[in-house]
Amino acid sequence: MNDWRASNGGDEWSGLMARAQDGDAASYRLLLMAITPYLRAIAARHHRELRDAEDSVQEILLTVHAIRHTYDPGRPFKPWLVAIARRRVIDRLRAQGRRRARETFLTPEHETFAAPGTNLYEADFDARALTVAVAQLPDSQRKAVTMLKLEEKSLNEAAAATGMSVAALKVSTHRAVKNLRKLMGRTSENE
Amino acid sequence: MTTTENLIESLAADARPVRRLWPPFALAGTWLVGFLILAMILTLFTNAWPAMIVRLEGARFAFEIAATFATGITAIIAAFYLSLPDRSRLWLVLPLPTLLGWLGSNGYECYGNWVVYSRHELQWGDTSKCFVFIVGISIPMAVALYLVVRRARPLDASRVMMAGGLGIAALAATLLQFYHPFDVTFVDLAVHMLAVLVVVVAMTASGAGLSRFRPYLIPAKCLPSGSRNSGGF
Repeated sequence: MNDWRASNGGDEWSGLMARAQDGDAASYRLLLMAITPYLRAIAARHHRELRDAEDSVQEILLTVHAIRHTYDPGRPFKPWLVAIARRRVIDRLRAQGRRRARETFLTPEHETFAAPGTNLYEADFDARALTVAVAQLPDSQRKAVTMLKLEEKSLNEAAAATGMSVAALKVSTHRAVKNLRKLMGRTSENE
Repeated sequence: MTTTENLIESLAADARPVRRLWPPFALAGTWLVGFLILAMILTLFTNAWPAMIVRLEGARFAFEIAATFATGITAIIAAFYLSLPDRSRLWLVLPLPTLLGWLGSNGYECYGNWVVYSRHELQWGDTSKCFVFIVGISIPMAVALYLVVRRARPLDASRVMMAGGLGIAALAATLLQFYHPFDVTFVDLAVHMLAVLVVVVAMTASGAGLSRFRPYLIPAKCLPSGSRNSGGF
């Protein structure tokens, strides 16, 4: 039923709606199922995005439900339905127009939210600064902090890999972190 | 977001029997009969008919009050037709011919009196009472109209309220004639029209407000959980 103007289900729909008004759920369900492709065709004419068209269809169905008591079974069903559909499509298009007029689409440069996960450029910068600072540490501290903090190895794994004792690793890591704080702080001050 | 198929199932599950709306002409007729009964009680109670009957002998005044009353009736009928989705927007034009007759008659009368009475009639005291009368009478009528029209849940409430506002203001102006036992001057005409305009604009604005508050009109239980629909009627 691509061309809704060519559809001739109006009389049948009128009967289904009359029964739906009397509380016949099966007729009502049948009617809503039957008019949905017709409504999709109307919505698709006005919306470029499939999602917008489907949202419009849902809004039309909700409106049909809310004002089904206004349908007069003695009159054609389609003009009643099409009037509702057009109104809802226009409402959605207007709402979209208003929203687009006052909103600006975000680009990667606009990623300035507080959550660290969104600040990817900043995180990248920090990682490079940290790498430079770690390279300036004494060998034992560099190995300790790299394995325990950056590679997140356990103390036993790091001890086995470096040949250092667990206690020595803890001391080296503690000193490394203190030195890194100094180095990173100095770097940011220099900037 | 709920799928359309889920929405259909939810709506079908809510298919209670509904009371069909009366035909718009019947609704308008009922509302107008209610107005006429109250207007008759008011005018009889205040003994306003004898003076009115004397004034109705003048053809120009009879035409003016007939045009004002007809504007009220046609605009109220138009409002009820416009409240239904499948009725033509051209119903808004229905009261225009009688509105032009009303304005034309008033304008002619005002032109004549302006020349004859000059400054004598330019008294704000009386004209302000006319303004208060039209606006004051329109308020309960507007509430009564809203109570009847709201069941139709019009898709474009501002258009309905615009026609309704014109109808109410015209009926209030008709009623005013019972307590306005002299011909209108320029100031009278300006104040009457300002009062009508205030009522029409206020009603149109209230209609726009009603359209914005549509979601409350649909029972929450009819909305499927997770529905993104926020503009449902």
